[in-house]
Amino acid sequence: MSPDFIIVQGLNGIAYGLLIFLLAAGLSLIFGMLHVVNLAHGSFFMIGAYVGYSVGRALNFWAALVVAPIGVGLCGVLIEIALLKHMYRRPLLDQVILTFGLAFMAAELVRMIWGANELVLRPPDILSGVTLVLGSTYPIYRLFVITIGVAVALGLWTIERRTRLGSVIRAGVADREMVSALGVNIGAVFTGVFAFGAALAAFGGVVAGPVLSLYPGMDGEVLIIGLTVVVVGGLGTLTGAFWGGLLIGTAVTFLTVLVPQVALVLTFAVMAAILLVRPNGLFGLKLA
Amino acid sequence: MVDQSLTVQELTSPVGTPLERETVDVTRTTFARRWLGGVHPGYLGFLAALVAYPWLLVPIDARYPLSLATGILLVSIFTMSLDLMLGYAGLASFGHAAFLGIGGYTAAILSVRFGISNLAVTMAVAVVLASLGALVLGLLALRTSGVYFLMLTLAFAQIISAAVSKWGPVTGGTNGLPGVQSPDLFVPGWTVGDGVPFYYLTLTAAALSFFLLFRIIHSPFGRTLIGIHQNERRMRAMGYDVRLYKLIAFWIGGMFAALAGVLYAYFNHFISPDATGFAQSGTAVIMVLLGGEGTLIGPVFGTVAYMLIQNSLSSFTPHWQLILGILFVVFVMFVRGGLAGIWTRVRTRLQPRGAA
Repeated sequence: MSPDFIIVQGLNGIAYGLLIFLLAAGLSLIFGMLHVVNLAHGSFFMIGAYVGYSVGRALNFWAALVVAPIGVGLCGVLIEIALLKHMYRRPLLDQVILTFGLAFMAAELVRMIWGANELVLRPPDILSGVTLVLGSTYPIYRLFVITIGVAVALGLWTIERRTRLGSVIRAGVADREMVSALGVNIGAVFTGVFAFGAALAAFGGVVAGPVLSLYPGMDGEVLIIGLTVVVVGGLGTLTGAFWGGLLIGTAVTFLTVLVPQVALVLTFAVMAAILLVRPNGLFGLKLA
Repeated sequence: MVDQSLTVQELTSPVGTPLERETVDVTRTTFARRWLGGVHPGYLGFLAALVAYPWLLVPIDARYPLSLATGILLVSIFTMSLDLMLGYAGLASFGHAAFLGIGGYTAAILSVRFGISNLAVTMAVAVVLASLGALVLGLLALRTSGVYFLMLTLAFAQIISAAVSKWGPVTGGTNGLPGVQSPDLFVPGWTVGDGVPFYYLTLTAAALSFFLLFRIIHSPFGRTLIGIHQNERRMRAMGYDVRLYKLIAFWIGGMFAALAGVLYAYFNHFISPDATGFAQSGTAVIMVLLGGEGTLIGPVFGTVAYMLIQNSLSSFTPHWQLILGILFVVFVMFVRGGLAGIWTRVRTRLQPRGAA
């Protein structure tokens, strides 16, 4: 293993991990607050990527970065108010089936609108090309992905730890009945968290567009990796989603290069091993 | 006591009375009960209809309805085994297709790579492999519950799916493994051909599975599972080894699913990683919920309804997945307790007031 290999694949792993973090953060918060496993979360990511592709071709990449998350976020508001709100008192599996149905619909809609062929979102000119990192050539766009990922993580961390909204959200994860008893409009917070999680996933999808290719079925793939990250990191924590994303992203990247045959199997084995030692994930709170 | 002695008197008396007929009925039910173990006689009528089904199709020589029925029966074994876990033991698994895949790939690999299509051999190997899988996953996943359990079972199915996708030389990779031969029934040469013979093989397997699962559910073991589902802490306080019971339920569910998988591979003469995928596990859960979980027969009707809807949708629009997705959402929003729940509500409404 040359140093060049380690630098390039290490950066690839971090970039991939941060992309997954953008998905996992919403998934984790939605579970932590709403107690819903959102199987449609990969679909938000996929729709973000596809809308980003179309907007990117019609206008430009930067417009796509704004339009796709807002559009998907509004869909999130609609879904939460029209459907999910009625599910909170229902059994786990009912909620799962609802989001599973939404994922089915999204997959078919994407196939109807954009077709089944693989698409590639082009990065803006300013970010294409390569540069030197510690003596290795590396695509500029992936460095941009890492920058964006770290910036979003820092932003979320600041909101979560330093603002009133953040304290409401943390309190909501710990005990939502208590928060609503204290006079917080918990329903509005739920809608907001769900829509924000959806928008963040769509944002991740646009950012991922030039790195991962776009194809129907990418939703399932990123969802599974996202769920793994959330389980490893611990449900309901942003810190867990961040470190879990980096760990799983790096592991998947290195294993795929070194032992492509068993990469996914080993990734899941890592997850199983972590859960054996820490049943609530690395940073997990004790959730009922 | 008095009534009983009276009955004996009536029986021994040479002259027939209305009472005697009743007594005969009682002996008949105990006879039926001994052989069928409390299975409602209505199920026998249903079974008879299924046995007669291919004959009804003879005049129109319809291959499609027969293969559709075979497919439904086969998937019913899968959904019934999921109901044991989900509806009775309360184990919300979202990776049950892993076991379907284990069984299916066992049959396919034995047939294509080793030329072994003996049903008994294949089933034995499938059961052993599924048991191993169920033990490994069960020991790990049953340490958790709820969402974590759901995700661990989902991850396990993904492992199996990833493994068969990548192990090309043996499993055929993502393209799947075609060319699975029809099975020999126990003795070489007794080949179960496609069409009617395979329909009867599947029907036999489905009926036996239903019967065995029914007996398991109505045994003390099954009652304990239901107790755990309803109040786990209490059962633990009463001294039951809750995790062991769950593990056994998980194991039994996995074995039946693997048997369904064996038939699945023989039926399609093909297996691909899709069989173990996320969508397969999800639709199985939907079929169980559609029929009504914890009823055993409900999931069978759920499977019938789902597969009929899916087949008719896919025959008139290429975008059937979209409509199916909408149906899932509508179903979960408005229908509670599945088809079995609707049936119970209709029956209670039809019953005159005051009747038990």
